[in-house]
Amino acid sequence: MPKLSNPRVLLPVLCLLFGLLTSPLLAAEDVNVYSARKEDLIKPLLDDFSKQTGVTVNLVTGKEAALLQRLQSEGANTPADVLLTSDAGRLVAARQAGVLQAVQSAALAKHIPAAYRDPEGYWYGLSVRARPIIYAKDRVKPAELSTYEDLAAPQWRDKVCVRSSDSIYNQSLVAGMIVHHGEAGTEAWAKGLVANFARPPKGGDRDQIKAVAAGECDVTLANTYYLGGMVNSSDPAEQAAAAKVAVFWPDAKTTGVHVNVSGAGVTAHARNRDNALKLLEFLASDSAQRWYADVNNEYPVNPAIPPSATLESWGTFKADTLNVAKLGELNAAAVRLMDRAGWK
Amino acid sequence: MVGVAVLLALPVLTVFVTALQPVGAVWRHLVDTVLSDYLANSLLLMLGVGVGTLLVGVPAAWLTGVCEFPGRRLFEWALLLPMAIPAYIIAYTYTGLLDFAGPLQTTLREIFGWTRHDYWFPEVRSLPGAIAMLTLVLYPYVYLLARAAFLEQSAAVLEVSRSLGAGPWRRFLGVALPLARPSLIAGVSLVQMEALADYGTVQYFGVGTFTTGIFRVWFGMNDATAAAQLATLLLLFVFALLVMERLSRRQARFHHTTARQHRPPRVPLRGKRGGLAVLACLIPLLLGFVIPAGILAVWAARTAPRVVDERFLHLTANSLLLAAGAAGLILLLALLLGYGQRLRPRPLVRLAVRGAGLGYAVPGTVIAIGVMLPFAAIDRSVDGWARAWFGVSTGLLLSGTLIALLFAYCARFLPVALHSVEAGLTRIRPSMDDAARALGATPRAVLWRVHTPILRGSLLTALLLVFVDVLKELPATLILRPFNFNTLAVRTYELASDERLADSASFALAIVLAGVGPVILLSRAIGRGRTGQ
Repeated sequence: MPKLSNPRVLLPVLCLLFGLLTSPLLAAEDVNVYSARKEDLIKPLLDDFSKQTGVTVNLVTGKEAALLQRLQSEGANTPADVLLTSDAGRLVAARQAGVLQAVQSAALAKHIPAAYRDPEGYWYGLSVRARPIIYAKDRVKPAELSTYEDLAAPQWRDKVCVRSSDSIYNQSLVAGMIVHHGEAGTEAWAKGLVANFARPPKGGDRDQIKAVAAGECDVTLANTYYLGGMVNSSDPAEQAAAAKVAVFWPDAKTTGVHVNVSGAGVTAHARNRDNALKLLEFLASDSAQRWYADVNNEYPVNPAIPPSATLESWGTFKADTLNVAKLGELNAAAVRLMDRAGWK
Repeated sequence: MVGVAVLLALPVLTVFVTALQPVGAVWRHLVDTVLSDYLANSLLLMLGVGVGTLLVGVPAAWLTGVCEFPGRRLFEWALLLPMAIPAYIIAYTYTGLLDFAGPLQTTLREIFGWTRHDYWFPEVRSLPGAIAMLTLVLYPYVYLLARAAFLEQSAAVLEVSRSLGAGPWRRFLGVALPLARPSLIAGVSLVQMEALADYGTVQYFGVGTFTTGIFRVWFGMNDATAAAQLATLLLLFVFALLVMERLSRRQARFHHTTARQHRPPRVPLRGKRGGLAVLACLIPLLLGFVIPAGILAVWAARTAPRVVDERFLHLTANSLLLAAGAAGLILLLALLLGYGQRLRPRPLVRLAVRGAGLGYAVPGTVIAIGVMLPFAAIDRSVDGWARAWFGVSTGLLLSGTLIALLFAYCARFLPVALHSVEAGLTRIRPSMDDAARALGATPRAVLWRVHTPILRGSLLTALLLVFVDVLKELPATLILRPFNFNTLAVRTYELASDERLADSASFALAIVLAGVGPVILLSRAIGRGRTGQ
């Protein structure tokens, strides 16, 4: 019998002990969350939840596709009870991959409109983001703007800044266009838009807004919460840039503004299913919904929640009524289409 | 030996296996549209960064290693500082400074009343821009390895060439440089692999490469198989490069033929030449460290009071411990593999070591998935076994623990250490091993009592490189880390990807500062390890 002090014995034993110690201890009053939302955008809410209910929340954040892969490969052993994503398409993919379970609750049904949740309860939308046109106040009159479709028209040549088609926001926007106009129509539009680019796509949404403010281009597409972040920024330069631009809600007379949701679902093998459901209900509750608006500058899914001052300043809009699940299904088609259109 | 190497190649093998599926329709699409761009951009990036880092790193290494000029002592370690800055962070800082909407161009427009079409300004966010950014943060790899090589070079060789009438330039170009070739090639191939694996910079700059393609196909088109196939193509490319490198130096021997060495006198550079030497060292230091760190400091000064809280120390401790642990582990493995290869230079051993060394060119995310899949499979089978025999579920033993993460670091960063260790070992005469063995030393004793002391510089270099790499590592950490465990790099990324660059500055600066201390310490240690001292 080899002695324990022999490194050949000791090492594996230590490894095993270490693994046992570091794997999350599945105590009763825990809920384990895989979140594709950044820590800053969700942790304060989770902390509130812990304070109210006494349930400890264990959190790991990451990119959506990677978290989904982690859930899939862990299978029935997964410690995760809740999957939080910032995109409806991923929730649809998660459902299709079989890692979510259907849960029902009167509170969730009451607070979340049907367009923003899975019909069978596999996932629930928690906040809405809108992607309107943002324009330079000094060079563009709102009357000149009308629709997303119109941005491909020749009068916008050399005037449009858009970020890369790597961005899920653009992929999801184009997926929505495919639903409304078909692949051929959308591809023609994308080619027209690319021809109007003032510069090759680069940077994030805030960068596009800054480029509009600085005069590199006149219009861009960006999510409103980035503009909200700039309006309330600690950086005077960002505030100044935000002051030079305004929001235009396109397609008001047609299909409505492109929207997507962040949301959550309970995992198929959740060991703390009750706490997971409790967490979802908390995130849909009035106080959490208000937090999304006040701190993240997102639109609450619950229409009864009054908007924050920043959201109110942009006015109201008509949102695309298309079920957001469709956007996820067409995401791959949208990426291929943008490749063909030369949208880098 | 082979077992360890195969284990470390597991993530890469997993990628290969995933790729072994019929080629899907996505390929037709890729070939028709973007594949040629990916190929051209990746190649140009690799070549550009390779040439760039040689042009910056080698002269700096020669000047600080062999010459004497004002500020040499400072430059010796300060030139390493840019390696503490993650590539995507330097990209963010220069974009903030030089972009159309940035302060510099805005000021120019205000002064001269220009609009967009009235002037030309180099575009930071472009392929040349990406080459410049990566060169600035990666040249220290070439500098470090080249300098270690110059320092370990025997003074006698240079003296002989001097006595034969060779001037300083001839001695540099004709003798020192060819002798340092294994280290230079090791440095450049590391740099090129890192450039190929870069995601953050090229993605932010809108430059489509293999890496961005892998993510696009995988995340955007939801096609993991095609993504693995793209990654495999990238790997085959790297493998071919490595094989060519091996073949090119097959016959050459780079070790010294005499043991009697003493410290060669430094070549004094005065006047104009001294000034040029200072410039050659000052420019990379300014561009690669002082300016970006300065921008970070300005941002951090504004945002730190709001974003830095009690978690900050915790993050720093996590980052440092993880980096130190991984660096020690990886160095041991590299020494084991490098020495094993020296003891038994058989084809199988070589192939295994090469295979284990491929991980560096693979984007961290791909490695992470390559770790996740087999580890989850192991957990599943252990769990099934325990349930069947004891009726208890063991759950996840490896997945989602620090072990998985450390393993991923080993798979990814082993080549860094291995290159350095191997380059060092090739400079030790095999007759030295023979002598020690003839005197009765076991192979292990030869390694610990003969090689390790001689290799001190190379080993410390390896340790430092891995430490700083792990400190900066993001994608694998992000995917594999356990619950409630964050590092500085993760925090920096989360804020930066939420487009809150200024808020991320405090954490980025902490990564930089955490890297600076070890850089200085180790640089001193390497200096002391100089031959003949």
